Amino acid sequence: MKGPQPVAKPEVVANSEVQAEPLLTTGDSRVADGVFHFAMLACGLCVLALVGLIVYELMSGSRLSWHAFGLKFFFRSEWDPVNEQFGALPFVYGTIVSSILALVFAVPLAIGVAVFITEMCPRWLKGPLAFTTELLAAIPSVIYGLWAIFVLVPLLHQYGEPFCARYFGWTGLFDGPPYGIGMLAAGIILAIMVVPIISSITREVMTAVPQQQREAVLALGATRWEMIRTGVLRNARAGILGGVILGLGRALGETMAVTMVIGNRPEIARSLFAPGYTMASVIANEFSEATGDTYLSALIEVGLALFIVTIIVNILAQFLVWTVTRGTPARSHA
Amino acid sequence: MPETVTATSDIAVAPISLWRRGINSFATFASAAAVVVVLLPLGAVFGYLIYKGIGSINWAFLTQIPKPVGETGGGMANAIAGSAWILLIASTMGVPIGIGAGIYLAEYGRHRFGDVIRFTADVLNGVPSIVVGIVAYAIVVLSQGHFSALAGGVALAIMMIPTIARTTEEMLLLVPNTVREAAYGLGVSRWRTTLSITLRTATSGVITGVMLAFARVAGETAPLLFTAFGNQYWNWKINQPTAALSLQIFTYAISPFDEWHRQAWAGALILIVLIVVAVSAVRVVASRGMLKGAN
Repeated sequence: MKGPQPVAKPEVVANSEVQAEPLLTTGDSRVADGVFHFAMLACGLCVLALVGLIVYELMSGSRLSWHAFGLKFFFRSEWDPVNEQFGALPFVYGTIVSSILALVFAVPLAIGVAVFITEMCPRWLKGPLAFTTELLAAIPSVIYGLWAIFVLVPLLHQYGEPFCARYFGWTGLFDGPPYGIGMLAAGIILAIMVVPIISSITREVMTAVPQQQREAVLALGATRWEMIRTGVLRNARAGILGGVILGLGRALGETMAVTMVIGNRPEIARSLFAPGYTMASVIANEFSEATGDTYLSALIEVGLALFIVTIIVNILAQFLVWTVTRGTPARSHA
Repeated sequence: MPETVTATSDIAVAPISLWRRGINSFATFASAAAVVVVLLPLGAVFGYLIYKGIGSINWAFLTQIPKPVGETGGGMANAIAGSAWILLIASTMGVPIGIGAGIYLAEYGRHRFGDVIRFTADVLNGVPSIVVGIVAYAIVVLSQGHFSALAGGVALAIMMIPTIARTTEEMLLLVPNTVREAAYGLGVSRWRTTLSITLRTATSGVITGVMLAFARVAGETAPLLFTAFGNQYWNWKINQPTAALSLQIFTYAISPFDEWHRQAWAGALILIVLIVVAVSAVRVVASRGMLKGAN
């Protein structure tokens, strides 16, 4: 069943009100209507107020640190609570590297899953598969962290990291002792958490590609994969990119699972085996123990930066998904 | 030219080359493999939760509070109750405001200003949970002077509102306009129509949204770290630090004690069962009647 068309709706409602007017002149129902409208408006305004409040609290909370360090805050790698010297570079680095690592693992898998579910699998398998991958998104972060500490990290320590060091050591990315805990573990656990988001958006966008597109390509003699590649994926690429960026937004702000496996050391190291620190985890670990106003303020500034970056990333992603699903015909071939 | 003719007809009937068929099979295989690789951790997480957790869940775990380090036994009763308590506080604030905002968006907000609120709700949805924690800390903890269940509830409520608002709006828009017009035609006032006709029709969809939001925040840990803070004892006061299941799992998981690790698995199993029950309930409700495909 289709919903009412948003454009036509206000007109219809207004009309019916006018027609019903004689029946509604009992005065108090008009008052009640006004009150109800106002109450609902207040709830809507709450949403605006909350975002305003978040921005205000973060800005006012980080003022002290902003005045002390300025923009250099994000380019200094010193983090010394005792001498009140703060720089967020190691956290920015850790956040970016762990998120990119997560995308490197997650994107091919997520697109593969979406392609399989929408284009290849038998109909009876579609529902259960979609539900199961969405279930991955419902598992709380702290449980992923728990699992990572006791299952993933020992596996990496014993098998994964020695293997990488032996065969890919020449890249320089896999130097140093394989603790298990570190950037690589964080990237993998983030990838697991991000896959359902990317694949569900990709699925949505692929479903939005018109069926005729598929039939046309098939009629030209394409194999199924050629049809998917030229007929579906190429048309949906903006939306898929949107899904990937949405996944990035989630990875940037993810806290608990990363905090539990990344090692929590404010260092910048080239090796993926080395422990690191992210913006979200430094807040999680140090906020309730922060002594001194500058310390607290520095942590809030890290939070502000995280907020701004995730907001920009999310808006960009929504815009990209919207361009595909809102019927703007995607260019077929460049 | 006879040669060209042969060539064209050749192409027309030529079987798809081995290379292209190979690529096609490879792509099919690769995407099926991707599904397997993605489902593997899911199976592993659930498998380990059940394997490690089920042995540790017993009567004591469900009824006792934590014992000091070094003593075996004890449980997470206070954390389970604390989670329920915080979620209750969050729902009391978040559900009415969320549904109200949804009603506003669907029934009154079909214009530019409505778009602004819609956009803001989506922005709020993307705010990292740890940042929400900072804000709840600044609003509640700083003004009260100590960590509290209320602060935790406020943080979770902030996270519930956008989800509930957007799903409520979506569900209300599914109600056909003719239903509203019928009510107006009978002389029913607008607010009565919205509450007793439109919202009533969309009830199961709205419940779906509330349950989704609930499932989303039930396992949240980051925003509770410095709001609810955790507590080793019972607490029912709204302005005192309170234990929560997710916080307790976190504390126990990063501790060096085997006994605590065991309890962390048990707590995680209880938490995941609660969430899966909520999500499956959503699935069942959503697959009924007019809400089909609207999820």
